[in-house]
Formats: sequence, structure tokens, C-alpha cells
Amino acid sequence: MISRRSVLKAVFTGGAVAGLGVLMPSIALAAWNKAAFETDNQDTAMGALFNGAPSASAEVNLKAPDIAENGAVVPVTISSSMAGVKTIAVFVEGNPNPLAAQFAIPVGTKAEVSCRIRMGKTSAVTAVVETASGLFSASKEVKVTIGGCGG
Amino acid sequence: MAKGIIRAKAKAKGGNTSVKIMAKHDMETGNRKDKKGKKIPAKYIQTMSVAYNGKKVMEANMGTAVSKNPYLAFTFEGGAKGDQLDITWIENTGNTGTETAKVR
Repeated sequence: MISRRSVLKAVFTGGAVAGLGVLMPSIALAAWNKAAFETDNQDTAMGALFNGAPSASAEVNLKAPDIAENGAVVPVTISSSMAGVKTIAVFVEGNPNPLAAQFAIPVGTKAEVSCRIRMGKTSAVTAVVETASGLFSASKEVKVTIGGCGG
Repeated sequence: MAKGIIRAKAKAKGGNTSVKIMAKHDMETGNRKDKKGKKIPAKYIQTMSVAYNGKKVMEANMGTAVSKNPYLAFTFEGGAKGDQLDITWIENTGNTGTETAKVR
């Protein structure tokens, strides 16, 4: 399942944090995933964070504005009606680092979080919900008139 | 440093507690430049966790794409008026802080 090669590769590309994550998936939930947060590729970030690709689901509800006038502050709300949600992650495809935030949802906490993200330019925002039965996502295109990254 | 950057509101209603947290923080991405064209080093909150009665009810890992003065809202089961929440944050520079909020 976990080959020596994949472990080494993760350690070299993502540093010790990612290496630990590969070895101990349960702890990876809690630790700040350096490889996932610092990559500039959304697929790489998803790969570093989850095992496998998410499938689109209507049960993931992503609330975000159609047009964000100010990319520095884009309010998003992610909720899901599914049971046993473990983590929720938010990706912004067009950002220098696509992974915006990841929330660990312990048992007893509702699968609904709101936060505010930065967007550099118009792009798709994707929410990924991890449950015991797999990965589910929803995405939405958000138009940005003024970017929030850079100065 | 930076004690008291968090403003939190927690309200118990119908067996659930809704929590709203706003941290006063610049969330410097490391991509911005100052007037001399030098890059401003990244400084942002990486992890914010909320505990209720010693049990973690939320843990948020944040990247640089989280807005300035990050806001976080969620709801958990349980909680009563007068209870205490512990909010811990960790910066990428290693700074940490713990602040408390009362459930109303």
C-alpha cells in the first residue's frame, strides 16, 4: 500500500510533515500539511491532502458570491448534509497556492463552516468534503473584479 | 506577542452552540512587496483550534489564501451558557496564543 518510493518522494518534495502524513494518515488530519498548502497546483494539493480524487456531489453545498468585488475578502460557506464528515477543504484554482483552508470536523460538530478567503483572480472555487465513505466536491466559478493577492 | 487578537462570539441555542471567531491578523502571504520592492515575509495563522471542555470541536488549517482578519463560523452540539471555549492559534513563525471565550 505504502511503498518505500512514495514515502521517500513525499519526504523529499513535501518535507517531514508530508512524510509523516503518508506514514500516519490519521495524524495527517490534524497537522498542517505543508506540501498541500505550498504547492501551486490544485491536483497536487488534493493528492497531498487526500487519497484519491473527489467526485462531484449535490450533497456538498458551497455558498460563494457569483461576483466578488474585492478578491481580498470572499466569504464562503461550505455545508454538507452527509453523515460522518471528517474534513472540509477549500481550493481556489487560480491562486498562487490553491489550497485555502482545511477544517477538521470532530464528531459532534456540524458539517458547516464559514470563512473568508482571498482570490487573486477569477477562478473556480472547489470545496471538498471527506467522509467515511469517500471524497465529494462541489465547485463554483467566482468572478473577481479586484484581485486580493500581491500588492 | 499579540495577545488578544481573537474576538469570539459563542451562543448556545437549542442544544447547539454556534461560534463565530474573528482574529485580528494581517495574514501576510509572502507575495506582497513593500515600497522598496522587497518582499514582505509571510506571516499568517496556520492553525486555529477550538476546544470545549477539553474536547476539540474545530480545527482549521489555513493557508495564505485566507483573507486578512480571518473569520470562522461553525456550530457544534452541546454547550451551555457560561461555559468556556479555548481558542488556540499557531502562526507560521511559531508564535502561538490561547484565548478564551464564554458561551452566552
